[in-house]
Amino acid sequence: MVSYRTPLSRARGLGAAKHGVSHWIGERVGAIALVPLTLWGVFAVLRLAAGDYDFAVHWIAQPLNAVLMVLLLAISFWHMASGVRVIIEDYIHIALTKSALLILNLFVCGLAGALAVFSILKVAFGGGAY
Amino acid sequence: MSPHLSVWRWHITMATSIAHRATGVALYVGALIAAGWAVALASGPDAYAGFKALLGSPLGLLVMFGLTLSFFYHLANGVRHLVWDAGHGFDLKSANASGVFVFAFAAAATIAVWVVAAMTGAL
Repeated sequence: MVSYRTPLSRARGLGAAKHGVSHWIGERVGAIALVPLTLWGVFAVLRLAAGDYDFAVHWIAQPLNAVLMVLLLAISFWHMASGVRVIIEDYIHIALTKSALLILNLFVCGLAGALAVFSILKVAFGGGAY
Repeated sequence: MSPHLSVWRWHITMATSIAHRATGVALYVGALIAAGWAVALASGPDAYAGFKALLGSPLGLLVMFGLTLSFFYHLANGVRHLVWDAGHGFDLKSANASGVFVFAFAAAATIAVWVVAAMTGAL
């Protein structure tokens, strides 16, 4: 019997169904963005480690530093969530444990990432806790 | 289950793969420390001074050294993966050579950064 269903219709719901490519490319683009951002991050840590609180506040209040730091943190936490997700999917095969760890990973990255970005913006806009 | 540690003879491409995951997990902890730094900065001078003292302690410096090594390894091996994804360097000879390179790069870059840190008063 000839089926009138398209191959896409049969594939939908059974796997990535055309979403896998954008997911895969997104992970790579994020990784590429992290190459310059993390190298700048090493420079930032060296500067900040040599300075005190006032230096750090003034440094983060610079628009370029604030924006790069927010991008570095946001993309890093997203990259981490994707990476650890793959590790959990590879090694944990018990459905409930796997789901729980996947959700925990997402929540930890989301919470820590949001806290970090909010904190940077608070200092950048408010000039510290004065 | 992967990696099949009990089945395969130890080889460098296997080591680079395992190290990529291990350093990725280490950097996960590192990013949580970075988030802690941002929250401490937003919480005021006392919290920030406390956080800096913690990271400047012997244990804190040891953790930072490990994170530096993990970072440069994960960076170099990540670029190696991107080159593979672009369709280059996946033959055995190139993969083995780039594997040796990423380990050497991670060690050299880590030492370089800590020398710079010592010279610029970051320690």
